[in-house]
Amino acid sequence: MTSLALSRVRFLPFALGLGTFLAAALIVEILIRAGLINRFIVPMPSQIVASFERVIVEEHMFERFVMTFKECLAAAALLAIFGISIGAAMHRFELLRRATETWVAAMASAPTVLMYPLFLVIFGRSATTIVMMGFVAGLPAVILKTIEGLSSTRRVLLNVGRSFKLTPLQMFLKIQLPSALPTIFTGFKLGLIFALINVVGVEFLINFGGLGQLINDLAERYDLPGTYAAICFVILVSVIFFIVIEWIERWLTRTD
Amino acid sequence: MSVAPMPSPRAAPIPKPDGILVVDDIVKRFPTPDGVITAVDHVSFAVRPGEFLSVIGPSGCGKSTLFNIIGGLVTGFDGSVTVAGERIDGPHASVGMVFQEESTFPWRTVIENVAFPLEIAGMPKTQRLEKAMHFIALVGLNGFENRHPVELSGGMRQRVSLARTLASEPKILLMDEPFAALDEQTRLLLGDKVLQIQQTLKQTTLLITHNITEAVQLSDRILVMTYRPGRTKRVVEIDLPRPRSSEIVGSDAFGHYVAQVWADLREEATRGLDEAESRAREKK
Ligand SMILES: Nc1ncnc2c1ncn2[C@@H]1O[C@H](COP(=O)(O)OP(=O)(O)O)[C@@H](O)[C@H]1O
Ligand SMILES: [Mg+2]
Repeated sequence: MTSLALSRVRFLPFALGLGTFLAAALIVEILIRAGLINRFIVPMPSQIVASFERVIVEEHMFERFVMTFKECLAAAALLAIFGISIGAAMHRFELLRRATETWVAAMASAPTVLMYPLFLVIFGRSATTIVMMGFVAGLPAVILKTIEGLSSTRRVLLNVGRSFKLTPLQMFLKIQLPSALPTIFTGFKLGLIFALINVVGVEFLINFGGLGQLINDLAERYDLPGTYAAICFVILVSVIFFIVIEWIERWLTRTD
Repeated sequence: MSVAPMPSPRAAPIPKPDGILVVDDIVKRFPTPDGVITAVDHVSFAVRPGEFLSVIGPSGCGKSTLFNIIGGLVTGFDGSVTVAGERIDGPHASVGMVFQEESTFPWRTVIENVAFPLEIAGMPKTQRLEKAMHFIALVGLNGFENRHPVELSGGMRQRVSLARTLASEPKILLMDEPFAALDEQTRLLLGDKVLQIQQTLKQTTLLITHNITEAVQLSDRILVMTYRPGRTKRVVEIDLPRPRSSEIVGSDAFGHYVAQVWADLREEATRGLDEAESRAREKK
């Protein structure tokens, strides 16, 4: 394949994605202008684009963006540290796992966001509450996937480890963990989705801090183009997160 | 059944004349819901230093159980396994195992796979990579050292496993149907590779297999096992000249040995097949 053809192969999906997005925006724009969609409920895409500058300059977008980003980062770090080690402990200690696995699984589908009053009481109306809510929301997914990954290590690989007389720690670090890593990453990404949703959601609910609060403010002022523009920045946070994580994942599990 | 002593010109003088690996009267039973299964029943044999011994038997006759017992992965059996006079009761550095299933680490490159036992032993990095390269060359995988297992064929991956086990420099190489998943041509060619390695390292080897051609091609002696309970049926000496290669497969002597082993094995294989069929019928 020539390098031109190769770059076309890489470029095409991106161009198609962007094109579809722009076309959808254009269709919405036309439908609103034609009066088929109520312009007081859905703002025109062109209005949203036009409101970007206003939102960025007047609403301290940069500070808010950084704040939300930091909260997400803190929640992600907690998820990685505690999610994986709790999962590993539950995998290691059969009794612990059998005693708690059902609870963790139940928690995974529970609407933990409703626990925010409790967290408000414990941590106050602060960034800590927001980070903890994000962390709690993502935790079950990371724990469950960590257990799943560790327990599906192929038996023969464990036997290889035994035949080479690995210590339990070596067995974990050199065989079980690397073998579980792809599954753990799946859980981590899933957990992170819940965490991001909850961080912004709780900011919105308790009217504190970053992008969630801004969305709350703008919606109350009935500044719909501004609200949607702020939502675009929420999406930007999650896009940045996922790009970074996929990059880390590829680096850790590279097989090329 | 005991194994008749045989004068071997290659046997070096060692304290225990019997062999470097001695399997003495092993009995292994598994309790199952349908009663106790005797997987291995009073099996005894000895492997002499530098010897290539194959254990052959139909599927389900207890070969893998024996493999795991000698490798120290299965405990709770009667009898004893000794390596160079030392009794085995768990995994042992003197015994290197190559498993039937694909067992390379997919997250490691070929060289990192092969260097694995050296890494565990705490050998410094440059030294262990150098040593790993030596064993990679030995199994004929030069040029592939930085590839990952997914990029290799099944036969190449099995050679990576073999090189990894050889890198730990075991006194006895123990292999459980290592080429069972490969096609016949690849198997014969890999057999050549094994013969070469055997020639170079004078590696004492115990091969477990259900493949007659493979057993005759590679072995000094073949131990035929019976189907359930797994006992020693006969020991066949393979008096083919060394160095050998897969070309020997066409010779009359080769055909003669294959026929001889098959005559013993046939009865057992038939019994195994019959039992499996009647079990299947009962389940209906
Ligand atoms: N862990 C176990 N529990 C119960 N039965 C077993 C176990 N391992 C092996 N067996 C039984 O022992 C017999 C011998 O098995 P195996 O050693 O795997 O035979 P082979 O490798 O010759 O095919 C089989 O009938 C098998 O079902
Ligand atoms: Mg087997």
